[in-house]
Amino acid sequence: MLYSDKVMDHFGNPHNVGVIEDADGVGEVGNPVCGDMMKITIKVTDDHLDDIKFQTLGCGAAIATSSVITEMARGMSLEDAVRITKAEIAGELDGLPPAKMHCSVLAADGLRAAVDDYLVKNGREPISGGPEHVEEDEQGQ
Amino acid sequence: MTDNRVYLDNAATTRTDPRVVDAMVPFFTDTYGNANSLHAEGRAAHKALEDARSRVAAAINAGRPDEVLFTSGGTESDNSALIGLATAGGRAGGHIIVSAFEHHAVLEPAEWLGKHGFDISLLKPRSDGVVHPDDLRAALREGTVLVSIMHGNNELGTLQPIAELAAVAHEGGALFHTDAAQTVGKVEFDAQALGVDAASFSGHKIYGPKGTGVLFLKRGTRFAPYLMGGGQEFHKRSGTQNVPGAQGFATALEIMVAEREAETGRLTMLRDRFEAAILGRLENTYVNGIDSPRMPHITSLIVKGVEGESMLLHLDAKGIAVSTGSACSSGSLQASHVLMAIDCPQEIAHGSLRVSLGRWTTEADVDYLVDSLVPIVERLRAMSPVYEKMFGQKA
Ligand code: FES
Repeated sequence: MLYSDKVMDHFGNPHNVGVIEDADGVGEVGNPVCGDMMKITIKVTDDHLDDIKFQTLGCGAAIATSSVITEMARGMSLEDAVRITKAEIAGELDGLPPAKMHCSVLAADGLRAAVDDYLVKNGREPISGGPEHVEEDEQGQ
Repeated sequence: MTDNRVYLDNAATTRTDPRVVDAMVPFFTDTYGNANSLHAEGRAAHKALEDARSRVAAAINAGRPDEVLFTSGGTESDNSALIGLATAGGRAGGHIIVSAFEHHAVLEPAEWLGKHGFDISLLKPRSDGVVHPDDLRAALREGTVLVSIMHGNNELGTLQPIAELAAVAHEGGALFHTDAAQTVGKVEFDAQALGVDAASFSGHKIYGPKGTGVLFLKRGTRFAPYLMGGGQEFHKRSGTQNVPGAQGFATALEIMVAEREAETGRLTMLRDRFEAAILGRLENTYVNGIDSPRMPHITSLIVKGVEGESMLLHLDAKGIAVSTGSACSSGSLQASHVLMAIDCPQEIAHGSLRVSLGRWTTEADVDYLVDSLVPIVERLRAMSPVYEKMFGQKA
């Protein structure tokens, strides 16, 4: 199992680590496969992601995918942000080993949960929940 | 590769000792005959092979040289012991006990036998990383034909009471095999005193060549050959013998035995220095089996609240090689079966790190590991969304 240089870059020097203290939305997800955890906090202005930070307990791929999704999503509209797929995250990292694809699902799920949390807090309907990520809800995560 | 690297994964494999390489070279280029040929080249190779066999037999205190069979490695020795002992004499069924934290080279053939007429019991070690003889006694049944329990566990470093376990197996009428790949040369291995019927060894764990191994098979033990063909190795293991490999194995083992006392003291001191420093400097950290009899060179460290692969990768970037039993680092996303066998919860196994010292490990290496690992763990814990919640304190 080998990681790409991009994965190793993001793992070694992850971007946007931490917690936004006065966050507008918080997404906390756990990985039922191997027990990893991720938390994403976001700041939202005009339905766009102004700021985004993450905390992750997990493997190299989990940390790298968390880091890269914060870069990808920054400045995006909420609509676009919840449509980021695990394949796009993996592509941005020049690929992930097959056994590690589920780690990119964790990152995508964390972001979607944060966006939904923001919307619900503001009395709006959640907009994520596509089939790619439904299985974790079904497992009671 | 050795320059600027701190290699602390000697339980995975070791660097071949240059003295071993030197001992092997003539058997590639000068004494290159087939040990089974009648001509002068063959006789010279045969003499070298039998010389290696006698030296190995002496090092493990086998009763006779022909109890030593050269194989292609620990995996072949384990596979052939399990299958060869179980199916000897055309036996097609019976009860077999293997410990739950065996190497896969024992577990997989046991599983295979389980699908081919045998009844397999997995015997759990206790949480101290030791298989207790009383537990084996309780697991024996009428019709138990074979027991296989490793001498030293490769992930925990814990030693098993082989002499007692073998005696218990024999009382119950079963044969006893031990996988001694991790221990031979590092702690005393006396085949006669231990009373085992079969034992497996590997060359590359003792600074010898990869692709070499030995199966000790006590004389008179019924055995079905696993590799069939030309009838080499007393009709128990066919295939033209690897004479340079046998010489390399014998030399590697002799060096281990000659240096064992001094090396055990040195490695124990380094290991204890590492454990004291890391446990002193990091909260929520412990060593598996710390109070059990252990090999001198392995530390099974648990760093709570950190994932093992991420520690491993950061250490690698610092020039240090170690290994982990975390689920995330295995292709199957299963935590190490060894840690599961001692009832280490999945989220704790997540933070496991195995450090295994070797012949060239220095005090400076161990100190560098500690100085590197502490900030890595602090950084990863600070990045964790749950560390504060779990342990009620900042990393
Ligand atoms: S999150 Fe465990 S394998 Fe990546």
